Amino acid sequence: MDHSLTIEQQKESLQKITNDLIKPIGIDRRFHIWMAFLTMVLVACLYAYYIQMREGLGVAGIRDYVSWGMYIANFVFFVASSLIGMLITAVLGLSGAKWITPIARIAEIIAIGFAAVAGLVIVSDMGRPERLLNVFLYARIQSPILWDVTVVTTYVLISILLYFLPLIPDMGMLQRNPTLPKWLRKVYEILSINWKGTPAQYEILHRSIKIMAILIVPVALAIHTVTSWLFAATSRVGWDSTIFGPYFVSGAFVSGISCLVIAMYFFRKNYKLHDYITEDHFNKIGKIMVLVSLVYLYFNINEFLVPGYKLKSDEAVHLHALLAGKHALLFWSVQLFGLIIPIILLLFKKIRTSGPMLVISIFVVLGSWFKRYLIVVPTQEHPFLPIQNVPENFIIYKPTLIETAITVGSFIMVLMIISVLAKLFPVIPIWETAHEKGIHEPEKLSFD
Amino acid sequence: MEDNSTNNNTSRRDFLQRMGLIASGTVMGGAALFAGYKFETNKKHDTKIKALTAEHQLIEVDDEGNELPVQGKLSNLTYQGREGLHGKRWVMVIDLAKCRNARQCMKACQGAHELRPEQHHINVLQMQDSENTAPYFMPKPCQHCDNPPCVSVCPVDATFKRPDGIVLIDNERCIGCRFCVAACPYSARIFHWKEPLKQQEYEENKARYSQMVAEGKKEEATELERKVTYDVELNVPQRKGTISKCLFSADRLRIGEMPYCVSACPNGVYYFGDENEDAVTNGTTKETVRLSGLLRDNAGYRLMEELGTKPRVYYLPPKNRLFPFPDENLLTTEHHS
Repeated sequence: MDHSLTIEQQKESLQKITNDLIKPIGIDRRFHIWMAFLTMVLVACLYAYYIQMREGLGVAGIRDYVSWGMYIANFVFFVASSLIGMLITAVLGLSGAKWITPIARIAEIIAIGFAAVAGLVIVSDMGRPERLLNVFLYARIQSPILWDVTVVTTYVLISILLYFLPLIPDMGMLQRNPTLPKWLRKVYEILSINWKGTPAQYEILHRSIKIMAILIVPVALAIHTVTSWLFAATSRVGWDSTIFGPYFVSGAFVSGISCLVIAMYFFRKNYKLHDYITEDHFNKIGKIMVLVSLVYLYFNINEFLVPGYKLKSDEAVHLHALLAGKHALLFWSVQLFGLIIPIILLLFKKIRTSGPMLVISIFVVLGSWFKRYLIVVPTQEHPFLPIQNVPENFIIYKPTLIETAITVGSFIMVLMIISVLAKLFPVIPIWETAHEKGIHEPEKLSFD
Repeated sequence: MEDNSTNNNTSRRDFLQRMGLIASGTVMGGAALFAGYKFETNKKHDTKIKALTAEHQLIEVDDEGNELPVQGKLSNLTYQGREGLHGKRWVMVIDLAKCRNARQCMKACQGAHELRPEQHHINVLQMQDSENTAPYFMPKPCQHCDNPPCVSVCPVDATFKRPDGIVLIDNERCIGCRFCVAACPYSARIFHWKEPLKQQEYEENKARYSQMVAEGKKEEATELERKVTYDVELNVPQRKGTISKCLFSADRLRIGEMPYCVSACPNGVYYFGDENEDAVTNGTTKETVRLSGLLRDNAGYRLMEELGTKPRVYYLPPKNRLFPFPDENLLTTEHHS
């Protein structure tokens, strides 16, 4: 960091940073086309949901035995992926890692998108969505669902604050920037709540961010631990596990970080942010990915090896279905392509670059999604008592087109939230970048 | 000047604080008044009578005559359904030696609760515990656990445990999350994935009922009222997107009758009764025996005791079976599927 920059140099440097980072902002033709495409797909998916509302949950493949299917697996995946916000902003941020500045806001956008839509995903799994209010009217605090509702809502709120707070100085600076459309500047003016960049304001800002970053750690751990308890609170084989909490949390970091890599790659390429999100960022994120994947692998070994060693009769049936039976292909694909091979590959520095990491991350995201499917579905196919006197489709769960469409719809909504946020606000904090480049009072310079 | 402005600020803060205190005080006071009012209006003004519990304790209970087989008012169905039958602890004993898979219990149950052929409140399973042990038929209703996992996980108190031991489901409150299905180790719960079997009939009745009410035909309307009013003890009319399950035929118990499955069995498989009286009656032979003696003499047991669910359904082992297990069924007997 060069502290001896002249005012002129600082001004020039700030100008460049601002221009680079606000160039993608604003609604252009490409954004219109992209959103139109997303809207079209979403409308089709909403139609599928309308059919489900009309006909009942039976339009999905779930039945009395496998009664939680793709929706719940998808919900778990969404909650998992949203934990990335906490990992980057809180864990790395609080430990003083400065290099996360350009990717922290991207992580927060992903967290907001996934966590907010997770709430909707769970509604799509309800047989009586119009009775949602009953959860508050007749709330029974003994039910883990209540805990989940509480912590997911809290997490969404804290994530929004952690996104909004560091945005205030940026909006304060940008509200008079002539290159931006007028209505957007008005929005900035309102949202920046009279930001002037005074030392007192900075102190409040830093303090609030720090408080939120500390608060989000227990809340983030809670959302995924409680989500795992939805399963672990039952006595079913495959769910009745004491390590489900940490098992889920460590898995959440794996899927979250691969979502982050994909987002980093696309923002860097489409928003031309090569000077800000560098290969070094991919290298560092790659190393973290190896670490969290190794932790997850460790929990996987615990989760399967220990019951596999004892082979209690019920466990044996379940493990056989996973490891050698009807789910074996999916199980081993997920373990190999979603966990083991990525760990090995990412050990090499050459692989920890943007291109290869994008490919690996896509595999890991897919693996993470199907991993949730493997946690949710096979267990229910082996209840304690035999499944008899019911039709074939009660015994074997086959997801239908309609539930696939509704699931796709939830992804579309996440993409829409991410796209809109990334189009209205800079995806990289201008003020923090400026501070790091030795520009001490960016507000003063930009107000001139 | 500066001092003055600080003072102003402090006094404003004080003022706001006081206002906050007054506001919250008002809200709390209002809530307390309201709760008190509700309590007073709900309070029963009937006389109390003394009664002896099964544990030989003298207690005072409301003199409501709830123990008598009196049909409650329709509008009161859900309320009385949650209250249960005072002083009872319902219990079922299933003698596996006598079951020969006649399935009359399943039929009677599905008829009473308006279920589709694939929906079972009670399901007769073909069991074989291990390769060299004898196969047998096992009727499996809801176990009405005293420590019910389904009730623990329900977020809205739609499924609940009554003091008389029965676990019921209120399908007017159920949100259809199916957490209870996941939590139940006995696979006792079913879900209405589409319109219930008699949905159309129910809707027609409802239309006719409101027409009759509009026309002022009181007597005919009263007749229909039963059919269109939800009875939590029968869980009829069934509803799309909600749970259903075995209810120990709580509606029959209220009128002093045996459950549908128990009285339909041609083979004397079921005993049903009150644990407090230590007496159970066979549904087929109508013979009443001591519960404790029956369980002791026949080595009665409960399903999956190790899970700590404390079922209210006891099984007598399939010893000296009255009917041999048909050979052709052996192949389909698959434990733990």
